[in-house]
This record gives sequence, C-alpha cells and structure tokens, in this order.
Amino acid sequence: MERPPGAAEPKVELRNVGLRYFGREGETEALRDISLAIAPGEFVAIIGQSGCGKSTLLSLISGILGPTSGDVLIDGTPVAGPSRKVGYMLQQDYLFEWRTILENAVLGAEIQGADMTRARERATQLLTRYGLGQFLGHRPRQLSGGMRQRVALARTLVTGPDIVLLDEPFSALDSQTRLALSDEIAEILRREAKTAILVTHDIGEAIGMAERVVVLSRRPGQIKSDRPIRFATPDGRRPAPFAARNAPEFNGYFNTLWQELEVHVEG
Amino acid sequence: MSKVEILTLAPPSAEYAEWLARERRNRLTIRGTQLALLLIFLILWEVLPRAQIVNPLFTSYPSALWPTFLELLKSTPQSAGILTHAWATVLATIIGFTAAMLIGIAIAAALWWWRSLHDVLDPYLVVANAMPKTAFVPIFYIWLGATLSIYGMSLAISLFVTILMIYNGFQGTDPNKIKLAQTFGATKSQILAKVVLPGSVPTLIAALKVNVGLSLVGVVVGEFQSANLGLGYLIQYGSQIFKLNIVMTAITILAIVSSLMYLAISWLEAVVMRRR
Repeated sequence: MERPPGAAEPKVELRNVGLRYFGREGETEALRDISLAIAPGEFVAIIGQSGCGKSTLLSLISGILGPTSGDVLIDGTPVAGPSRKVGYMLQQDYLFEWRTILENAVLGAEIQGADMTRARERATQLLTRYGLGQFLGHRPRQLSGGMRQRVALARTLVTGPDIVLLDEPFSALDSQTRLALSDEIAEILRREAKTAILVTHDIGEAIGMAERVVVLSRRPGQIKSDRPIRFATPDGRRPAPFAARNAPEFNGYFNTLWQELEVHVEG
Repeated sequence: MSKVEILTLAPPSAEYAEWLARERRNRLTIRGTQLALLLIFLILWEVLPRAQIVNPLFTSYPSALWPTFLELLKSTPQSAGILTHAWATVLATIIGFTAAMLIGIAIAAALWWWRSLHDVLDPYLVVANAMPKTAFVPIFYIWLGATLSIYGMSLAISLFVTILMIYNGFQGTDPNKIKLAQTFGATKSQILAKVVLPGSVPTLIAALKVNVGLSLVGVVVGEFQSANLGLGYLIQYGSQIFKLNIVMTAITILAIVSSLMYLAISWLEAVVMRRR
C-alpha cells in the first residue's frame, strides 16, 4: 500500500538514521543512512541476513536505543525513550516463570502504572480470544511454545499500542506451529488495524505476512530495496500468510528477494 | 490435560508395575544402607573404647551420651541446662544468617545498581571471602564484647559468600527479560523489583542453605572464645575439664540442630519452587 502524495503523516519515520556500537575492540557500524516511512496500519517486513542490524532497527523504533545520527519519529515526534504507542514482541516469549499466565499478560500494564482492573479484564479477554481462557492461572512451563507466544502477543497488546514490532517472533517455534501462528497473528494485527513491523530472515514469512518488504544489506545495514507485495485475489483482499504461499505471485517475489539478499552459504 | 493424568487413568501394565516395584526396592536399599552405615559407626564408637583399642577418655561412647544428656538437662546455679545452651546457639545462628541474608541482598543490590561500585570492590570482596575469618575471633571479642562478637563472627563468616552468590544470581538474570521490561518503559527500580529479584529466588535459597551452615560455624567458634552460654561454650568447657561425655553430647546436639535447620530450608525450598 503506497502512500499517496499529501496523505496523512507517516506513523513511523526514520530520517538518515545511523547507529554505531562501541566496544573495547573497536566500533561497529550497524546501520547506515536508513530512511523509511511507514503509514498508519501498514504491515512492513524487514529482511536481511543475521547480523545486518534488523533487530537494532526495532530497538531504535522502540526507543530502548538511541540513534548515533539521524532521527526516529513516531507520529511526527522524535522518539526519546520507550513509548506507550509501541509494543515489542521479542524472539522468544520470555514469560516470567514465577508469574501465572494472566500475571504475565498484564506485566506491561503493571510497569506502565495502568489501571490494573481494566488491564486484567483486557488480558482475560485477549487470552480467551486466543484460546487460552482456561489457562489464566497456569504457569508458563505448563504451556506449549505456540501457546506461550500467544501469551506474549496478549502481553504486547494489553497496553494498547498503535505500533507492534515483531522481532522474529516465530523463530523459536517448530515449523507447523510457526505457519499456523503467523496466520493467526497477521490476522489479529490486521483486524486491530495496528501498524506492524516484522523483522525476519525468512523470505516466505515476509512475503506471506507483509504488504511491503524492505531488504537490508549486510553490515553496515543499508536499505537495498523496498517493494510492495500484492496478490491478485478474487475478493481483492489480502490472502492469509499460508494461502499466500500458494499464490502465483509468491515465487516471483521469493526469487527477487532471494537475489537481493545475496545469500552466501558459508563454511 | 497433563501427561500424569493420562498415566493414572490407564490401567498400569505389568511392566510398569514391575518397574515401580524395582524403583521402590532401590529406594529402600539406599535408605537401609544409610541406616546401616550410621549403625556401624555407632557400634564402632561403642565397642572400640570398651575393648580398650582406643582410649575411652578421648572419645567417650554413645551409651554414655544419654545419661550425660539427662544430667546436663538440669540447670544448676553455676551452669544453665543444656537446652538453654542449645537454644542460645540456635538463636544466635538464626540472627546471624538472617542478618547475612538481609545485608547480603542489600549490598548485592547496590553492586548491581552501580556497576562501577562492583568493579571497584570486586577484588576486596573476593579476598575478604577467601580470608580465614576465624582469625578475627580474638579481635572481635575485644572490639564487640562477649555477646556481639558471637553475632559478629557468624555474620563475618557468612556475609561475603552471600554477597558474591546473590550478586552472581542478579548478574545471571536473562538480559532479554530485562529488555522486555525496558520495552514497556520500566525504570531501574522496576527492573530490580519485577525481574531481577523474583528471578533470583532460587539463588537466594541456595545462598540461605550455604548460610545456615556457615552461621552455625561462626556462632560455635565465637562461643569458644567469649561465651558462658551456648553449645560452643559447653564444648570448650567440657574439654577443659576433660569430660569428653559433655563434649560429645554437645557435638551430637549440634549435629541434630544443623540437620534440623537444613531440613527446614529444604522444606522452604520445596514450597517456594512448587509455585514456579
């Protein structure tokens, strides 16, 4: 979905962002001159090889890291620390084993000092919708990987963010759960009209879930390409990630992105 | 829902019943061997002195302990009853390890909070932990007086290892769990209260286990020097007047006391860990 000229300001905008890490062995340039605008409600995937700075990009947008140069803006305002508009789903669920499922789901609300009665209501509602209604009092270790990642999604959404950052959220799951859950999460985020940014190294996952795919080069990460993903469907709606894999356009996108990624198998 | 339920619902197969029986036999054999070892020890302790193979003056014997215990139960104007002695030791130990835990957690939290503070103090902590603290018994007696020197020794022996253990536990917190809290905008004190401390409960219990034993050592050693009450004092007194019956009775009670405290901690551990 390309932004028509004169449309509303971007939800997330990066202007010439660069980031360098400093260490005793020297400095590492992780990102160089990244400029990117993401419209409200857009679902963007960022792909690149490991170590290309894709996760760093999310840390910048979430405000837990500041850029070395350039600006990161949310709704036109520069980011100065973690914002309540942003929810962040990490690579693993990182549920706290000493909390119950419900207590885990309200962690963000608790940290932000939100109204806990309402947070618990909302968490219960979300968990029930994700099929976890009977597990509210359970401990994380009693749940399967897919269920745990759904709790993590509920924990992210309880605080009501407009923007959801997904950092390879399915990488710890087995491949069946992974496909099923990416369908489910893409559907949930679309229905709630969230702006979503997915970081992954899985090309198929990116094409299946996002309506726009940005390719980052190897370190220092720079934007190599930025292309919309469109599928011709009879009802004009976007197919679910799993169905998208069978769409005729899928292979074309896959091959283009594969070439742009310049995958070299090493060793 | 869980695997356990499925197992209990299905009728146990013959192989499973046999496996259960074998497990049970194994457990009983181990318990039996443990008891046998204890019995052999007690029998040797009883028989060797009586056969004059070792000098009974040096070792006493088990059968002498019970009469000695009954005798020591009575308090005289000159000396308190043995239960009063035991209680004094237990109380000082409880105060010792409680203080070590509280101060240890506070100092470990401070070191976690100010990274540079840790970097500065680290070598001193390591050396302080390696020092033989018992070398300070006479000095503590001069500095702190009779009662306080016992608590002081108990604390000195257990505090440094507590700080090091708990700090390592704090440092071992999964950085991704901290990152998760940060994505919600958590402050440093929220990270400490909601991630680091609750995540370190297993470490705290491990530290407590080590502590109970060390505090008891500190108290007994402190009592050698300065007390007129406590099992340490009783051991010292008994050996000075060459009444090994008294010494051995006091040591046996000490063994029972430390076992009971260890059991109490294990029970606490089971209760806490079941909730996780």
